[in-house]
Amino acid sequence: MNSFKRDKKEEEDGGSQFLNLEKTTVLQEARIFNETSVNPRKCTPVLTKLLYAINQGETLSAKEATDVFFAMTKLFQSKDAVLRRMVYLGIKELSSLADDVIIVTSSLTKDMTGKEDTYRAAAIRALCSITDATMLQAIERYMKQAIVDRNSAVSSAALVSSLHMSKLAPDVVKRWVNEAQEAVNSDNVMVQYHALGLLYHIRKSDRLAVTKLVARLTRMSLKSPYAVCMLIRITAKLLEEDDEAGGNDSPYFNFIEACLRHKSEMVVYEAAHAIVNLKRTTSRELVPALSVLQLFCGSAKATLRFAAVRTLNQVAISHPAAVTACNLDLENLITDSNRSIATLAITTLLKTGAESSVDRLMKQIATFVSEISDEFKVIVVQAIRALALKFPRKHGVLMNFLSAMLRDEGGLEYKASIADTIITIIEDNPEAKESGLAHLCEFIEDCEHVSLAVRILHLLGKEGPKTKQPSRYIRFIYNRVILECPSIRAAAVSAMAQFGASCPDLLENIQVLLARCQMDSDDEVRDRATYYSNILALQDKSLYNNYILDPLQISITALERSLKEYIQNPEEQPFDIKSVPLAAVPTPEEKEMKHKAEGMLVTQGGPVKPPPVSREENFAEKLSIIPGIQQLGPLFKSSDVVELTESETEYFVRCIKHCFNNHLVLQFDCLNTLSDQLLEQVRVQLEPSEGYRLLLDVPCPRLPYNESGSCYVVLQFPEDDLPNTVGTFGAVLKFVVKDCDPATGLPDTDEGYDDEYMLEDLEITLGDQIRRVTRANWAAAWEEAATEGYTEMEDTYSLSSMHTLEEAVQSIASFLGLQPAERTDRVPEGKTVHTLLLSGMFRGGADILVRAKLALTDGVTMQLTVRSPDPAIAELITSAVG
Amino acid sequence: MEGYLLEPTLYTIKGIAILDNDGNRILAKYYDKNIFPTAKEQKAFEKNLFNKTHRANAEIIMLDGLTCVYRSNVDLFFYVMGSSHENELILMSVLNCLYDSVSQILRKNVEKRAVLESLDIVMLAMDEIVDGGIIIDADSGSVVSRVALRNDDIPIGEQTVAQVFQSAKEQLKWSLLK
Repeated sequence: MNSFKRDKKEEEDGGSQFLNLEKTTVLQEARIFNETSVNPRKCTPVLTKLLYAINQGETLSAKEATDVFFAMTKLFQSKDAVLRRMVYLGIKELSSLADDVIIVTSSLTKDMTGKEDTYRAAAIRALCSITDATMLQAIERYMKQAIVDRNSAVSSAALVSSLHMSKLAPDVVKRWVNEAQEAVNSDNVMVQYHALGLLYHIRKSDRLAVTKLVARLTRMSLKSPYAVCMLIRITAKLLEEDDEAGGNDSPYFNFIEACLRHKSEMVVYEAAHAIVNLKRTTSRELVPALSVLQLFCGSAKATLRFAAVRTLNQVAISHPAAVTACNLDLENLITDSNRSIATLAITTLLKTGAESSVDRLMKQIATFVSEISDEFKVIVVQAIRALALKFPRKHGVLMNFLSAMLRDEGGLEYKASIADTIITIIEDNPEAKESGLAHLCEFIEDCEHVSLAVRILHLLGKEGPKTKQPSRYIRFIYNRVILECPSIRAAAVSAMAQFGASCPDLLENIQVLLARCQMDSDDEVRDRATYYSNILALQDKSLYNNYILDPLQISITALERSLKEYIQNPEEQPFDIKSVPLAAVPTPEEKEMKHKAEGMLVTQGGPVKPPPVSREENFAEKLSIIPGIQQLGPLFKSSDVVELTESETEYFVRCIKHCFNNHLVLQFDCLNTLSDQLLEQVRVQLEPSEGYRLLLDVPCPRLPYNESGSCYVVLQFPEDDLPNTVGTFGAVLKFVVKDCDPATGLPDTDEGYDDEYMLEDLEITLGDQIRRVTRANWAAAWEEAATEGYTEMEDTYSLSSMHTLEEAVQSIASFLGLQPAERTDRVPEGKTVHTLLLSGMFRGGADILVRAKLALTDGVTMQLTVRSPDPAIAELITSAVG
Repeated sequence: MEGYLLEPTLYTIKGIAILDNDGNRILAKYYDKNIFPTAKEQKAFEKNLFNKTHRANAEIIMLDGLTCVYRSNVDLFFYVMGSSHENELILMSVLNCLYDSVSQILRKNVEKRAVLESLDIVMLAMDEIVDGGIIIDADSGSVVSRVALRNDDIPIGEQTVAQVFQSAKEQLKWSLLK
């Protein structure tokens, strides 16, 4: 065993030399590198200090770096091994900062090919850090030799450096494939691993070669566990890409499964992980992988337990039933000293638990929930939310548990997540509403977080009037007016007004309370009380709907921007709120995504996402490059992306339809997937259906390989001819092709030739012209529509292709592009009749209200009633459905 | 946590750090340019990591989208970071190699002062374990043999009595503290 100890004297002041190290002093000291005879005893500590300072985050200017780099090259005179190795480190560290680093190439090449084995490997790695693509050719011969060198360190260093270099000069490195092939057969485990990595990197775009490589390597047993892990990943990738290779007895899958019995735990885990994450794995194939993970759960090593429970957590999402076998082991992990493991175990259990085990599990969690930190409590709460959605009948137990948690100590984030969960449960499960609201009422009696109290009051105002006994909530709300700070008082006033507008028999009492609030000390509270009290005094239903019950539909950020613009450029006309785009209604998928994103440890402390901007606002900015776009007015709606080609074709084209009041802007996103072509003047030629007028065509000037560009077409909707706005357009992609060199992307000639490419037909549907609008109180709007002279159209249809009510509800809502109101998009289980309520807005601003009565017989029979101020729109909708 | 198949690549390690018991960096290397590109972000991450790990001796934690395995001794904390989907056992093998190498270099005397005294050798060892995110060697024996360059050690027969006594005392101290 070698010793690394220094002299006694140096030992005493050891460490202090690195305290308060300053860049300037170190650079000063580095001058001794330039002395004629190099003294390693003096130079090594100085160089160490320099590297330490850089590692601490000191930044050198290019000149400083170059100066010290050149001084360092003088140290090559010394034969001291440590110093030489430190110089290599210095070269690597400074290679990106200093200029003219290639000056040391010859010194390094000499060391790399020399006799001193301790230098050679490190010299190769240092050399490759200063080499560029052109220089690489000069040392190519040495590199090839080094890869197959008998010294394993040299071979490894050469392979690793080759992989680094392949980013700069892929073509040169590709020529070393034979040497790499030879190195795979090496006896040294690390050489084998590195060679496999390099080989795969060179071959990865050539599927056939990868298949051969895998076939060969799976037969010869690799010694290095790292290499086996790598091979498992390659095999899994092959399996995933290639569906036909599937089948239970695929040699690839068998290989991975065999790895479950490998002697190294690392390999066993890698194999289990791969099996679990393969999309094609069936629950039966999952069993051996799971039993391995189950074994790991009981391991003494925290890392192994963590890896196992994390993977089980993933499985719980795709195959919850399969994980139940491990439940007992997971329950033991709930009390693990590593909190990450404990939390993952709980969330997994909650995901997989059967309805019958919920009670027991909740009891178990209750015993230790007070011991864990807020951060983990939030994760538990999120798991409970998922559970409540899965087992609606268990809401009683869960609700009690949540309310107990609410009463405990905790920060805002924790309390907010509990309140959120209760709110979700209330919205999702009508049976839980009364008890949930009662818990929340109790909570705001003693709530220190203003924002939370305001939210709950708002919810009470929205949901309270619809319960059996609205009057019981008034007391809770009015208590807030007496006891709390102004912002809560204001929220309480608004909530009371909701009761007044929805429950006529409470109106008189509410008016008395509002009258008291008009004496409040705070302006906002007084203003709100006066406002609501006056509207309620008029006893006009339509005023109630518009100013009390329905919230503001427009996007707040857009309103702010529009108002700012208006103030900066005052116009004659008063500000029109209709010109502000409506707020986007989150689609069910987005909501889903949000819920999925929560409850994952990975996202903890990740970057904070910017506040959501509606898609339309995003596009509005993008579209502003089209000349004359401002005259079209505000963007009304952007459709989802429609693919006009298969995704694997030469040119990949997708379309987004932007609808304005009287115009349609089609955005074509094109991707050129041919590496030997440069496209210019790319545009889409349309054959619009009758009545459409083509106004403008904005081509995409250049479309190089693997880049996407957009071209646009502006059309005017047929005037006064609504039925014809729905139609199918033929489309052809037209462009000028220039052949070019795949490597550089530069065209061979300046001359190009015209070419075209057929696209699939583009359909303009009714849904493209309708925006979803959320109505808090659909019934009121429906009644009001009748009294205000809306046209009503009614028709009955037989939807023979539908077999369930859910299916029918989904397809009607998406076909018409309307927003389901009052949660009628959820069909209660086992019912054969259902009423779907929809609302939306046609371009131009006309409201649309639709009621669809569905009955399930053989197919689905539907009676559709449409109310809209514009007869043409109502007719269009009834005719479009048929 | 979406299901993730791991991309077959040698670039496994995102970072290595050795911190002292105040959470200050002694040595740290980050290998992925997309993760903590500046020294300021790196140090902020290290502070956060240290705060989360220095009390609970739990071996593994997920932080800022990275899986971090760690190990501590007296006044030193060793960390190895990989992507959140990485095989934890691979990361652990690298951490063990780092720790064992340092321990052998310092003759089981794993503490801050000793690391700073042999900082050059520790730097070389780190360089021998991971190069640009690729594991070069995970066997501490071979790492140490490659950086064992000083020839100034004295065979045990020629050591003075005081030296033998000193080293025996140290060995005893560490076996007690362990």
